[in-house]
Amino acid sequence: MRKISSDKIRNAVAELAVRANVSLRKDILEALKKAQRSETKPLAKKTLALLIENAKIAESEFIPICQDTGMAVVSCEIGQDVHVKGDLTKAINEGIKQGYKKGHLRKSVVSDPLIRKNTKTNTPCVIHFKIVSGGALKLTVLPKGFGSENKSRLIMLKPTDTDKEIIGFVISVVKAAGADACPPFILGIGIGGTLDKAAHLAKEATLRPIHKPNPKSHLGRIEKQILSAANKTGIGPAGLGGKTTCLGVNILSFPTHIAGLPVCVNISCHAMRSASAVI
Amino acid sequence: MKYINLPLTKDIRKSLKPGEELLLTGKIYTARDQAHKRFCESLKKGERLPISLKDNVIFYCGPAPTRPGDAIGSCGPTTSSRMDTFTPQLLSKGLAAMIGKGRRSERVKSAIKRHGAVYLIAIGGAGAYLARRVKKARPIAYKDLGTEAIHELWVEDFPVIVAIDSKGKSIFKRGGKDA
Repeated sequence: MRKISSDKIRNAVAELAVRANVSLRKDILEALKKAQRSETKPLAKKTLALLIENAKIAESEFIPICQDTGMAVVSCEIGQDVHVKGDLTKAINEGIKQGYKKGHLRKSVVSDPLIRKNTKTNTPCVIHFKIVSGGALKLTVLPKGFGSENKSRLIMLKPTDTDKEIIGFVISVVKAAGADACPPFILGIGIGGTLDKAAHLAKEATLRPIHKPNPKSHLGRIEKQILSAANKTGIGPAGLGGKTTCLGVNILSFPTHIAGLPVCVNISCHAMRSASAVI
Repeated sequence: MKYINLPLTKDIRKSLKPGEELLLTGKIYTARDQAHKRFCESLKKGERLPISLKDNVIFYCGPAPTRPGDAIGSCGPTTSSRMDTFTPQLLSKGLAAMIGKGRRSERVKSAIKRHGAVYLIAIGGAGAYLARRVKKARPIAYKDLGTEAIHELWVEDFPVIVAIDSKGKSIFKRGGKDA
């Protein structure tokens, strides 16, 4: 049994919250650079150059990439041989609180969805626990901005539906999001499971580096088709036109019921942020 | 690229064309969801608004906290369409322009045309870049709202694009139609 103190977890979460918000993920930055080189429309080229410049300023001046530093989604993978000394949930929330304070990150969380009073700490965060084998603990902080979260959608398709209906739905979501959700997007797509499982998979899918191929080849093919169709919509960077509407498409799937085919699209703006650490 | 000194008078507004890139210098105000709700509640009660709207510009923004020594934290635009229900009323009180991101409703577009206002967009997600163009900032009203309070910003060469001009012509297309 390996012992890990909750203080250590709190400090790691605080550091990850700041890092995720000021330092754009390398796979996203590379994709922006590649898109900037391949765009031909001057305004699209200029917009992408500005986003690359924005990421540079954020990193060098240590300020957030975007003022919407998100609601924090924390994934905590705990090895079953780990014993946490202290209150784990409290430690994670305390880490978010400290990171958002220290990093001058925006506090965007309200205590009740209807009463809407700001908690001023950006907590509580959304935590997903996963028990895995071994003696390690992996933490991932994903600050989720709501410009794109608001445009995310879920549909329960029929079991007799195919790739065609899935792609059709995803593209309709992309078109409806348009300029509002800060394209170019990263699409996290969850297919299968139950309603809640599909939504969780969609969020988790955004964590996979976008240049890495899907280990399931049939899903990899759908990803490519979606990427190509999304980039033909003409929405472009900031919705100002161009061929870069989407930087990456990641699908995760899970077994499902004979009667259904849940599909969830979690849209991320171009400021797709996440940071991980293993303790 | 056109350099504009604020306030945004009717003559300036009339001269702007969709797609035109502008660099704004002068005073603008931030206001987003909750501030808009309060504006409209105040107008309904016949109360005075905490800021004058005439020829002024509202920036849909909730800035990140300011570090000591900085003028402002990261400060990009938020999604404009959430303000669509409130905007026509503010335009009728003389509001000259809004800075945000994304599309507007038909109702907002016709109100823009009716009042000769304009809708401008800044690049969403470029909050660190845009913060450098803000020279001074202070909360001036609805301070209890924190980041959603009304902040007065002094901007210098703040980059925006004309998305809907004073005649209601938009740069965004939806299914071949203006959106």
